Amino acid sequence: MTMIRLVNIRKSFGSQHVLTGVNLEIPDQAIYVIVGGSGVGKSCLLKHLIGLMHPDNGQVWVDDVEITALRRRALNRVRNRFGMLFQGGALFDSMSVYDNVAFPLREKTDKNESEIREKVHERLAQVGLAGVDNKFPSELSGGMRKRAALARALISDPEILLFDEPTTGLDPIRVNAIHQLILDLHKLLRFTAVIVSHEIPEVFSLATHIAMLHQGVIIESGSPADIQASNNPVVQQFISGRIEGPIDVR
Amino acid sequence: MLSFVRWCGHLALNTLHETGRMGIFLGTVLLDIFVPPLQAKQLLRRISFIGTRSLLLIIFTGAFMGMVVALQGYVALRRFGGEEALGPLVGLSLIREIGPVVSALMITARAGSALTAELGIMRITEQIDALEVMALNPIKYLVVPIFLASLITFPLLNGVFVTVGIYGGYMVGVELLGGSSGAYFTQMSSAAGSDDIWMSVYKSLAFGAIVAWVSCFKGFYAGHGAEGVSQATTQAVVMCSVLILVWDYFIGSVLLL
Repeated sequence: MTMIRLVNIRKSFGSQHVLTGVNLEIPDQAIYVIVGGSGVGKSCLLKHLIGLMHPDNGQVWVDDVEITALRRRALNRVRNRFGMLFQGGALFDSMSVYDNVAFPLREKTDKNESEIREKVHERLAQVGLAGVDNKFPSELSGGMRKRAALARALISDPEILLFDEPTTGLDPIRVNAIHQLILDLHKLLRFTAVIVSHEIPEVFSLATHIAMLHQGVIIESGSPADIQASNNPVVQQFISGRIEGPIDVR
Repeated sequence: MLSFVRWCGHLALNTLHETGRMGIFLGTVLLDIFVPPLQAKQLLRRISFIGTRSLLLIIFTGAFMGMVVALQGYVALRRFGGEEALGPLVGLSLIREIGPVVSALMITARAGSALTAELGIMRITEQIDALEVMALNPIKYLVVPIFLASLITFPLLNGVFVTVGIYGGYMVGVELLGGSSGAYFTQMSSAAGSDDIWMSVYKSLAFGAIVAWVSCFKGFYAGHGAEGVSQATTQAVVMCSVLILVWDYFIGSVLLL
């Protein structure tokens, strides 16, 4: 069953055409990784899935709801099904880790404080951050900040979780630790994950599906094995990391 | 010549576009004020930030403003033997003009710039996007409390500024320069009426709305990176200061004529 469907998404910023007709189908409970070079519009594409950006043209379907023309209230109903881990974490820097993770429950549910505390501690333990309740985001390392942001994204039990470059800026050990964490949590909570990344080859062991974005369109999609076996010279240059090839690295 | 015309056209279109965006932003904020729930905790936090933490600055500048007006006024009035008019001069100028304008400029410098920077940093670190993703309305959550807090604190701080300024004027005009204590307050109370006080309140309410509106708009839509935030902060302070002075003239015209 398809959870998210993108139909001919186009987006330009002035004369810069970032997305020029993206078509994509993301199955329910998949771990769908979108790869591509820096600045090709992966984060921009991800923001279209949750209505943070609106396409110039095209449709975004979440289940059976087309979200591009929705007004705020209807869009918020769809957004309640999502969680998102931002590139820098986007933790509220004036709040402690505990308050950050508790924030969506306090603002959007009528749970009492003891129920909130129980759930926050459960999520913090799941991401390996037990005992950091009173620390502020500025006191955490990059990896800890991402995990705290992941705990916040998971606190509302989302059906769909978006990850915007969840491992950027981390060392290889922490990259693998975050990927393992995503796999473990996915096994436990069965959400649909859409991950924007350029961590090659690590994403091959993480993803159930991979799509490559290049020059505004999806040029290849399939299982990790399909991508690795692709004959497309752009895909092959990207996964091998060669400087020579059709991708202009200047 | 053609490039100059093109530049003028570009500037006019940009100004029109920016004005439209600011108008839509203000309209959204005004509508969201009436959408429950009221973010009481945020409102109190903003009242503390804009009001309580500006108090010392307002007392300090208010006292010196009153002292300066009394000093200059006394010297000028003495030339034609009108020293007894010092009280009305200090009182009316502080209540009608100096109080609302200077207190608003001081709050802009201290709190307006900080609010723009705070919202700008929240924008570039995607904290505002995070609120959207949580299906929360960032204008309702972040901007409305600032707007309401400004409407509450600006008139109160203006009151403090004027009161301290009047006593500052008393210290210089009466205690230092030897004017009549009785005449200072008696003449002031007979010259200044409730109309003057209401004018002061209207002005500070309008300035509160302007500072909250411009500071929040500039921060909410700050550009990329540290440079974007610094530009937004500078623009907010300049625009608030200019609008306060322009609006001061128009409110004065409407209420006096």
